[in-house]
Amino acid sequence: MVKEDRLTETRVSRREVLRHGVYGAGGVLLGSALTKSVVAQEAASAAPPKIKPKAKSVIQIFLWGGMSHNDTWDPKPGAGRDYLGEFTEVIDTNVPGIQLSALFPKLAKQADKFSLIRSMTHGNNGHETAAYIMQTGHLPGERLAYPSIGAVFAYFKGQDYKGIIPPYVVLTRSPGRFSEEGFLGPNYKAFATGGDPNAARFEVEGVVARGITDDRQKARRELLDKLNTFGRLVVDHPEIALAEESKRTAYELILGPGREVFDLSKEDPKLRDAYGRHTFGQCCLVARRLVEAGVPYIVINYPGGWDTHSNHFATMRRQCPQLDEGLAMLLQDLHDRGLLETTLVWCTGEFGRTPKVSWEPPWNGGRHHYGNVFTVLVAGGGFKGGQVVGASDEVGAAVKERPVYPVDLLGTIYALGGIDTKAKLPHPEGLDAPVLPEPNDRVKSAGLLTELIA
Amino acid sequence: MRNLTLLGVLVCALLLCQGFVQGEEARSIFESPTPPQPAGELDRIVFAKLEQLGIKPVLCSDAVFVRRLYLDMLGKLPTSTEVREFLADQSPDKRTRLVDRLMERREFVDYWAMKWGDTLRIKAEIPVNLWPNGARAFHRFVWASLASNKPYDQFVREMLTASGSNFRVGAVNFYRAVQDRSPAGIASMVALTFMGVRTDHWPKERLDGMAVFFSQIAYKPTSEWKEEVVFWDPWGLRLVPTNFVPGRDTPGTVRPKPTDEVVSPAPPPISQEPLVGVFPDGTKVTIPPDKDPREVFADWLIRPDNPWFTKCIVNRVWAWIMGRGIIHEPDEIRDDNPPSNPELLAYLEKEMIQSGYNLRHLYRVILTSQTYQFSSIPRNLSPEAMANFASYLPRRLEAEVLIDAINDITGTTDLYTSAIPEPFTYVPRDVSAVSLADGSIISPFLTLFGRSARATGAFNERSNKPTPSQWLHMLNSSAIYSKLASGSKLTALFRSGRPIPEIVDELYLTILSRSPTPEELQTCKEYIEKSRSRGEAMVDVAWALINSPEFLYRH
Repeated sequence: MVKEDRLTETRVSRREVLRHGVYGAGGVLLGSALTKSVVAQEAASAAPPKIKPKAKSVIQIFLWGGMSHNDTWDPKPGAGRDYLGEFTEVIDTNVPGIQLSALFPKLAKQADKFSLIRSMTHGNNGHETAAYIMQTGHLPGERLAYPSIGAVFAYFKGQDYKGIIPPYVVLTRSPGRFSEEGFLGPNYKAFATGGDPNAARFEVEGVVARGITDDRQKARRELLDKLNTFGRLVVDHPEIALAEESKRTAYELILGPGREVFDLSKEDPKLRDAYGRHTFGQCCLVARRLVEAGVPYIVINYPGGWDTHSNHFATMRRQCPQLDEGLAMLLQDLHDRGLLETTLVWCTGEFGRTPKVSWEPPWNGGRHHYGNVFTVLVAGGGFKGGQVVGASDEVGAAVKERPVYPVDLLGTIYALGGIDTKAKLPHPEGLDAPVLPEPNDRVKSAGLLTELIA
Repeated sequence: MRNLTLLGVLVCALLLCQGFVQGEEARSIFESPTPPQPAGELDRIVFAKLEQLGIKPVLCSDAVFVRRLYLDMLGKLPTSTEVREFLADQSPDKRTRLVDRLMERREFVDYWAMKWGDTLRIKAEIPVNLWPNGARAFHRFVWASLASNKPYDQFVREMLTASGSNFRVGAVNFYRAVQDRSPAGIASMVALTFMGVRTDHWPKERLDGMAVFFSQIAYKPTSEWKEEVVFWDPWGLRLVPTNFVPGRDTPGTVRPKPTDEVVSPAPPPISQEPLVGVFPDGTKVTIPPDKDPREVFADWLIRPDNPWFTKCIVNRVWAWIMGRGIIHEPDEIRDDNPPSNPELLAYLEKEMIQSGYNLRHLYRVILTSQTYQFSSIPRNLSPEAMANFASYLPRRLEAEVLIDAINDITGTTDLYTSAIPEPFTYVPRDVSAVSLADGSIISPFLTLFGRSARATGAFNERSNKPTPSQWLHMLNSSAIYSKLASGSKLTALFRSGRPIPEIVDELYLTILSRSPTPEELQTCKEYIEKSRSRGEAMVDVAWALINSPEFLYRH
């Protein structure tokens, strides 16, 4: 029985393969790679997944640059000025026993909806390497470069997703620090919206064009067809046929109803205010609309970044209230609409920041990269709220209890998304490429986050 | 597929009634009336094969040729002036002379260095982590080697046997541009790069036998940030834990001397046990302890009778130019993946060896052949016809070539940056995307259009497959629109006050490397005259041309 379930997860019909030719990697090749993976899986018989899939969509809020854990969600009020810096105040939340930095009053009222992992660790202090580890679960130095969790979701969940909007959307820009689609190919690249949802009109790059009326769109499309002298002669060529096919898909988005998803003027201005009239807040609102449209994986790359080697406290004072406002309202709004059950939200950077403040010049009160221990916020999609998993030590410098490694976190997210982490990704050369690595002496694991599963 | 074809026929029939350019008339723009005649051994081999298949090839027109050759040799479009000059030239050998002329251009080296950059994984950041200075030094080595037309065997030997600092000796970065730096990981990468072989299909013993040659490579940081020395380490110094920090994440970190230790131990003596390596052809060799095993391997590899070396490079260059290998994929050389035309492959190998591994000679042999000049309008879409190069294979322009072409046409530039590692890198605005040294230096366009991730160096790592998101960008993004509407070159043309037919002619020559047909001119004229805004209408004409497959695809 279990075996059968696992089969249906990756088996795709020829028709689906063709559909993947539009959003998916090159048709036939993909088909054969998948057949191989199905065969491989029939041979392997793993234990049944303990976690029931609940998440239809995932919103990943990526705090690019690495947000300080001490100053935010793992406060250490007794640690002294060397560690505390300027933020000495903590506040209670609506869950007894859980406290946050006073920079997060709105989130404090939603603590029953999210849980905190205060013992996230991978030990890497390089932005790009840590970002790769946190978003793939794999360590660099292997033969392959793996795709990000968003691309993997797009690959697996995209098979049942029929929307016009691409299955993996980034608000608003991709950091572009590693090839997020990896060997899955360009069809699994995130669709980066560009534009600013907090502007008068959210101009989604390529979807909502400035100053081009629909009439002009149609007139110039006709012109394009008329002048396509060469294209008509090679229309049968597979390369050109593929191009025409993907162009038609693009036009569905340009002229069709898909663009309305990005039209925030359809939202109640009061609700827009509640999300916060800033880019991040409005990104959260767009993310909710994308969830409603069925998009499987949405990333909000925090505009601005958290790489606060210097000017740390001022940056935190400016950004934390925005993060607080947008994230708290997102959780509230998803909950109010009954979407939180099926929408998984996770929020973290690639690492935390040094618990000890660098008061000396040139930092003058800065915090540096710190992958030894940091905090992750998770909510919805099958995650319990109101919990704290693990703990850091008294200054936030090391894991004190229950380490959580990238494969533990990602493994749980995959499980809640109904993706088998042992499934093979379709590598173009048919190489063995599992969704997540098996734990070994390099890849550490302390087990899935079953304590957070509702 | 059949439905698409049917649709195509219907659309064509419909268009016929509306008087668009098509059929024989359209073909005459893109094809030459002169029947092809074999011009040398290469052609005789290809033509014989095509005759067997019952295919009569057709040559491309001069306008198609000049565009094709610029794109294939330089990775850029000819200017309208260059096109006019070439079309006006009446000499019979003008195609061959153009090949020779373009080979002298700087962009020729830039473009081929870009292709080698993909193959050799020249990238500062994840996953190979050459670091910016290392990536630049490596690119300089490759660029200079191509510019001086260094014999290919020597080029490869220099990389395989290099030692020294990653900043100073560009070629050592070859051993750094690999994720898995274990001896087997390096052997695998060497096999992929220079033998066109994927070791995944090998029995383990074969890879282990080859790995022996790469078992004495060591890496050590220096006190300079991100400097790393690659060296031959017969002493096994790398194995003494306090000596060597392979830490990819903190290169340049020299471990402080432990306070409780007196001094580092003296180097252990060179092992007197000779190493025994096994070449991939099964030959065992005993490596004397005073000989760098990498040299032993390199000397075996670059011998003309090596079963992989010459085959791999001629097939790779052929695939770069023709869009498909004689053995395909070009790095899938194995017994059960035979060449589509063994005689052709053997001929190219012979040319390569006799010329002393002269890469430019190889390019010339291919580019001056009639086979290279076949029309891209297929008469036969069977797999055999494609695999035997019966027509030139249309391929979408690479990301870098495409954005350079758009910028050249419009008179605009793009910003290329690397956000990592800090401090951020910004590349001067006049640098073309093709000539960027480092795969970590990016722009959203390059990422969107499938530039190589330079992670594995596999031939198919670069993807030119179209996606809907790319179309959204080309058809409807503000980035492209602002280039068309306010780029200095196009606005100068639009505001020149010249008559519309002249403006349209110049647009066609600049964007498509040919003049419009009378029908096309009429269509454009009507569109511009009927429009309420002449300026916007001219932008729309340019927009339509850059969104046509004739522009987006090399053909």
